[in-house]
Order: sequence, then structure tokens, then C-alpha cells
Amino acid sequence: MNAIPTAEGAPSRSWTVRLRRRIQRTVPEGQWLPDRQPTYVRSWIYVFGVATLAALVCVLASGIILTIKGSAWWHVSSVGHFVNSLHLWSVELFFAFMVIHLWGKFFMAAWRGRRALTWITGAVAFVGSIGTAFTGYLTQSNFDSQWISTQAKDGLNSVGIGAFFNVLNPAQMLLWHIVLLPLIVGFLVVAHLILVRRHGVVPPIDALPPEAEAEPVADEAALRQPHEMLPHKMPQPQEIEKPGAVR
Amino acid sequence: MWPSVLFAASPLSGRSHYLHWGVIQISLTNFVIIVAMVVIFVLALVVPFPHGRSQDDERDSDR
Amino acid sequence: MSRRDTTPDAHLFPTRPYDLVREFVIALAIVAALTIVLAAVFSSPDRKAITFSQWANAAPNDVVATATAELAGTSTSASYGPPYNHAAEGQKLGPVPLQKWAGVRIPVNSANDFVINPLRSVTNDGRLSLALRRWQAATPAQQTAWATAYGDALTAAPNGDAAKVKPGVYGPVPVLAGRLLTLARSGSLQGLIQGGAFYPTDQTKPLLFLSDGAYLEAQARADHLGGDQWGMMNETGNFPGQPWMWLYTFWYQIKPFSTSGNADALVWGVMAVLTLGLILLPFIPGLRSLPRYLGVHRLIWRDIPRATR
Repeated sequence: MNAIPTAEGAPSRSWTVRLRRRIQRTVPEGQWLPDRQPTYVRSWIYVFGVATLAALVCVLASGIILTIKGSAWWHVSSVGHFVNSLHLWSVELFFAFMVIHLWGKFFMAAWRGRRALTWITGAVAFVGSIGTAFTGYLTQSNFDSQWISTQAKDGLNSVGIGAFFNVLNPAQMLLWHIVLLPLIVGFLVVAHLILVRRHGVVPPIDALPPEAEAEPVADEAALRQPHEMLPHKMPQPQEIEKPGAVR
Repeated sequence: MWPSVLFAASPLSGRSHYLHWGVIQISLTNFVIIVAMVVIFVLALVVPFPHGRSQDDERDSDR
Repeated sequence: MSRRDTTPDAHLFPTRPYDLVREFVIALAIVAALTIVLAAVFSSPDRKAITFSQWANAAPNDVVATATAELAGTSTSASYGPPYNHAAEGQKLGPVPLQKWAGVRIPVNSANDFVINPLRSVTNDGRLSLALRRWQAATPAQQTAWATAYGDALTAAPNGDAAKVKPGVYGPVPVLAGRLLTLARSGSLQGLIQGGAFYPTDQTKPLLFLSDGAYLEAQARADHLGGDQWGMMNETGNFPGQPWMWLYTFWYQIKPFSTSGNADALVWGVMAVLTLGLILLPFIPGLRSLPRYLGVHRLIWRDIPRATR
């Protein structure tokens, strides 16, 4: 039996082929993990996305250790208490870096160039993270949990949500915190990263690629730019197969 | 009220400190965190990013 | 940006080598190190949960007053409305009664769940059994009258001390409330309120009873955790709280929210609109053009060669 897959480009009614092609088209070739990036990516503000991701990894790692020993472990063990502290501080760092990342992306108007969904997935992940942190506070099984739950219930009850999402039920809140919400936030983070790879890092406001200067443009502002020699090598036709690395 | 010795060693346990401006009340710790974030943001904008070696000379060996 | 998005494709711009994986590993190492140092130096708070016996020993008058309020139907939980009971309509978001629409899905009968049923489990107490029979035999109006009168008398007594209450017509209420205090001191009240399941997972009833009292809130307010103290942002002691909650808790500090009976629903509504605004920012004319006019981007991209600008 012939194991050669369907030739790329050939029309196919196979759902497998169509899904494979869809996945491949999600990100331009060579851009899943590129080793080059646009030269305009040159500012410390750009590190806060990866810093947020690194903090998220620390949150998950410390959370997994807490899961292994159970949610009451940290009350009775100094090692457990230390792991709880790791979890708290990695969450603080996660939020700090994420908000700085948001500030940077706002001032860059990073939703330009069909990147609205990148912004949206990021913003929803932010809101989802707040919800995840909230259920985490409810899961502490201490005075904080008692106070936060009895207070938060009023807000949620007032709009009818409390009838279905009972913050006074620690067993429900624990499962939302360690299963449901991490899955949702995780999915959003992955989607966010894929979208960044798909579209590349947003160019500066009003920036034009070097080729655009050789073509007539309707944009008057671009016409006023001086035609300088480029300090960088322009992408050559043979480089199309290995396009510029973008983040 | 503070029975556990475990976190008594933390410099953050003990009497809390709050700042008040009119209707605004904020813990010193939260205030420090927010100020630090703004400072870091501004630094990220103004501190020069290293240019590294000449950009178009560096090619990975597998290219 | 306001009319047609003419942003060019990022892949058309000149590039330079960049090691993403190395960047991530370095970021991970730095963030992990930072986390470890912060955790080692500052630790994390763990203020123990308040048990009913602690509450009873620290504030016995509060337990008695709370038990009385449950019997009178005047406690927070007894007069809450959905999702616990039909005692009130609940809050509205403008004209929309969302709280009522959700319905009573977590039924709680404060008087029975928190006072009468737990007391029924006590044996060998003739006076208590008599009080319980008297309570059950009375009409609801009579029960309310007894409990309300006793509640008022407790408020008037010095320190709310039951021993200093003026004589009056209180029916079996003083005995019931007093015995509940004894039960609370013994440590067995929480299990009885919970309903006696072997694996109790739902703490709704114990928490509602605890928060019906003044002790929990007094403890919280002493640590700046109250709603009108920006409490949503705070943590016990000097530990970092939740600075990202600043805007949510801000509304509770100002009128009209601070004086409104619908404050929770209104604040939720405001935050829902603002959150949607944040999420859909790319589509909001004016707001989406703000970055261009603010000009911070000129600082970010000041090093870019002029040809690409």
C-alpha cells in the first residue's frame, strides 16, 4: 500500500488533509519558531511578553507542586508554605509583567495590521487570569478565603451569577482554579502566541518597508520621506522561502 | 490572631501601613508595587536596547 | 488608523538574527530566580480561619445576637433574597432584576439551618427541649415578635450582654440563643450547620452564619479589608494584595455607588462595560487612535533607521 500523502495543493475531500493544510496555513512557513526578527524590534518594552510567559510557567510549576501534596499541605509544612510563597510571588510578577506588556502594546497600537484578535485574546486572557487568581484566593482555606468569599458573593449574587458559581463552595472553587480556568487561560495564551507568530510583530506606526519606496504610494506622508540607502540587506527573492524572523 | 510562627519571620507580617489621600487609601506595599511598575515601564522605554553585532552579517549555520 | 488600516506586512521589513528560545530560557531563569528570592525573603500570609468556637470565645455576645437575628429573620442571610431565599427581591441593574431572575438555587432557611436544627441534636437538656417545642408550636408571627423583641433588648443592653437584658416577653428565644452559644463554644456547631455529611465540601451554610455576625467583619476591617476601605486590593499585614483590582474597588468608594442599595449590581455593570471596552479597543473609533496622538511610540521606535519610518 502506498503511504505517500496527498500532494500539497491538490484538492481533497479528506478532513485530515484539509485540517493539516489549515494548520500549516495558520502561520507562514518558517515562522513557528523563526531565528530572525524585524530590526524595528529594538526596545526593552518588548521583553515583557516573554517575561509574562516565564512568570506563567513559574505559576504553573509551583501550582503543580501544591497539587501533588494537596490544598491543605501548605498550612502544616514549612516546605509547603515556601511553595505557596513561590506561587504567590510568581502570580504578582505575572500580573506586573502582563500589565506593563499591556501598556506597551497599547502605546504601540499593536492591534494594527489585522491584529485585533491578538489584542482580544490578550485582553480576555488578562480578565481570565483575574478570575483564576480570584478562585485561588478562595482556595487558601484560611481567614482570607472566609472573608473574600463572603464579600465576593454579594457582587456575584447581585447579577445572578452567584446562583450558579458558588464562591462559598470551596470544592467547586478549587476545581475551577486548578482545572477549568487554567485550561481556558492556557488556550487563550496559546492562541495569543500563535497569532503573534502568524502576523509578526506589528511595525512602527507609519513605518513603510523598504520596497514601498520604489512603488507609487497614495500616502502623502510616505512620499515626503527621504530616499536613503538602507543600512540593512533587503529581503532577496531567494529569501522568500526563509522569510524574516518575526515574533 | 497571628498564631503561626511560620510566617512571623516575614518582614511583611505585623502591623499594616496605609497611605491616605482623600478618598484614596492604599497599602504601602501595593503603592510600592505600582510605583515600581511605572518606573520599570519608563525605564523600558528610555534605556537603550543593545544593538548587538552587525545585523546582516550574523547568519545561523543552518541557513 | 481611523479610516483604513494601511499597516504593511511585518514580513516585508528587514530582519536580523534573534534567538527566541535563548531569550525565553534567560527570561525563565531570571523570573524563577526573582520568584525564589521574593518568596524566601517575604514569604506569604496564612491567617488561620476563624472557627465557631473561636468566635464564641472571643465575641460570645455577637454569637447570641446573631442567633437571635436568624430567628427574627433580620440577619443578612435571612433577609437576602435569591439565591438563598425569597425574603427580598435582590439588586437591580437599572430596571433589570438579574438577581431575582437567577432564582433560589441555593436554598437556605436561616432560622432552621443555623439555630433550630443544630439545637435539635442536643440530648439530655430538658430546658432546651421545652424551648424547642414552644418555638415549634408558636405561629410565625409570634416567633418573629419574640425574636425581634429579644434582639432589640440585646442591642439596648450594656455591651449586648445577654445577662444584662431587661425583662420582657421573649418566649424561648433567650434559651435557644444561649444554647447555641454553648454549642458554638464546644466546636460542634459547624458540623451540625453543615448537615452532618461525612465529606463536607460545601461551606455555604457555615460561611453565611459566620458572616451574619459582626465578628468576621470586625476582624477584616481591622486589616483594611472592608469594601469601603479599598479592601478588594488589600491583603492581611503588609503583604502585597491585588493592585489590579484598583478600578473595581474604586467605584465603591464614591457616590452614587457608596450610598446605593444596588451598588454591587451597578459596579458590576460599569466594570462589564469598561472590560468590554478594553477587549474591543481595536474597534472603538477615537480610543484606538489615542496611541498615535499620545506619541509614546516615538520613544519606543526612536532607534529605528529613518528609511523604515
